[in-house]
Amino acid sequence: MNNLAVELPGLSLKNPIMPASGCFGFGREYSKFYDLNKLGAIMIKAATKEARFGNATPRVAETASGMLNAIGLQNPGVEKILAEEVPFLMQYATPVIANVAGSTIEEYEAVAEAISRSSNIAAIELNISCPNVKEGGVQFGTDPTLASEVTRRVKAKSNVPVYVKLSPNVTDIVEIAKAVEAAGADGLSMINTLTGMQIDLHKRKPVLANKIGGMSGPALKPIAIRMIYQVRQQVSIPIIGMGGITSAEDVLEFLLAGASAVAVGTANFQNPFICPEIIDALPGVLEKCGFSSVEDAIGKGHEHATADISGA
Amino acid sequence: MITKSLLTIEQVNEIALDTFEMKLKATVSLDEVEPGQFIHIRIGNDNAHQLRRPISIADLDKPKQMMTIVFKVVGTGTETLAQANVGDKLDILLPCGTGYPIDKLEVQKALLIGGGIGVPPLYYLAKQLVQKGVEVIVILGFQSKEYVFYEEKFASLGVCHVVTNDGSYGSKGFVTNVIQEQSPTFDYYFSCGPTPMLRAVSQTLSDKKGYLSLEERMGCGVGTCFACVIPTPESSTSYKKVCQDGPVFEADEVIL
Repeated sequence: MNNLAVELPGLSLKNPIMPASGCFGFGREYSKFYDLNKLGAIMIKAATKEARFGNATPRVAETASGMLNAIGLQNPGVEKILAEEVPFLMQYATPVIANVAGSTIEEYEAVAEAISRSSNIAAIELNISCPNVKEGGVQFGTDPTLASEVTRRVKAKSNVPVYVKLSPNVTDIVEIAKAVEAAGADGLSMINTLTGMQIDLHKRKPVLANKIGGMSGPALKPIAIRMIYQVRQQVSIPIIGMGGITSAEDVLEFLLAGASAVAVGTANFQNPFICPEIIDALPGVLEKCGFSSVEDAIGKGHEHATADISGA
Repeated sequence: MITKSLLTIEQVNEIALDTFEMKLKATVSLDEVEPGQFIHIRIGNDNAHQLRRPISIADLDKPKQMMTIVFKVVGTGTETLAQANVGDKLDILLPCGTGYPIDKLEVQKALLIGGGIGVPPLYYLAKQLVQKGVEVIVILGFQSKEYVFYEEKFASLGVCHVVTNDGSYGSKGFVTNVIQEQSPTFDYYFSCGPTPMLRAVSQTLSDKKGYLSLEERMGCGVGTCFACVIPTPESSTSYKKVCQDGPVFEADEVIL
């Protein structure tokens, strides 16, 4: 029996591990390192309506146990992604989750409608939390009213389940999570990057051309765990967890906090084989910690909770 | 095809100020590696450093499976790398990027122009060109005397001019001053260095055919993350990836 399988809206996952959007392109490059059939799912790079070049370089900087990025949603536009990128992934029996971005609600609607019509897309990750674009993006993810509105309207256009990707750049993430759940979201993915900055001592200016970037990597993990834990207590739709995962132990920690599956992002850059290595290690870690399956571990970090951790 | 493997450090030498030469023994074949390609090195073996460092290949001895890299300490990652010991193993991706397409070019005489830590990949290129019977002229630019390296190595392959920004060694000024003073004749130029230098070189030699190798901060190093893109002339959204399509480009292929 496969003790790694997880059933989520629109997604029958053979294991709970998927590469995170923006860290895996559209799969071609990493398919040269290993068989993508191994993965639970694949979250492809964000799509917008038209092609975007993104920000000027430098776009990345390393930080202690993490990194900053300000790519700026560079992509060839939804139609080209559907025509030139998605077909490549069809040779794999691995569900594809499309990340949908936009500057206006109308753009989110148009991209979601177009991409969800493809029979090759199993679910949408609604990106209302990209910190690296001037318009749209994170503004939809930091205001509960806007988050609710974009979720409701994208749900009405989408043919597949919608997972709303939440921003950690808020005072109360539970409030946003409740708002998108009420608006009809099928699930959540959390967390996106936390905004940060690094300054070059010699040039006396921010390293990134965009000045501000999104921070990711292991340094972010306790924040992601805390936010998932809090959201799990007050929201019932499933959570795909992410934020600094580099090992099967990290995956179990996310499951205990309340995630039903996880995405691995930055760690792909350090080790291109990180996803299959985690998948191979996960059964042993589950067993060592007394769990018979992934499903068995989901949310189990809450059973001894007594203190009020609502954050209020 | 890019693979992940371990290289064993056989030698580490500081060959100029903050500049380290490392000789590495491979367990995989290096036969397919081309001049201008790079390796993407993991720093340490824990979570402290999340990003690998792209370092160009300075020399290869393919039969002995030996590789030489030269890098400059500019931050904590390269500092950690410089402190590695003989016998330590480096986790690398190899071979990364697209190199100088010298086998496809009709070239009798080549001008090589390197700046700072852009000098190393030109050494293996120069050796390959000389082996093909090409005459090479080399111009190496450094900040100042204490940063100069590999002058003798290049001088054994062809005429080599050294220029320093402050005039503390060789002539004073920039590589473009040497180009203007010497006005050498050649079929193709090959250049590697910081972007402002490459921009000046390509402008000075705008009527010549040449190749540029770009320096850029990278994420994945294999073409997925879009950290190291460079605009191209076709449209406002057209681009190339430095890690995958480059780091070597035809001079008019990219907008610097």
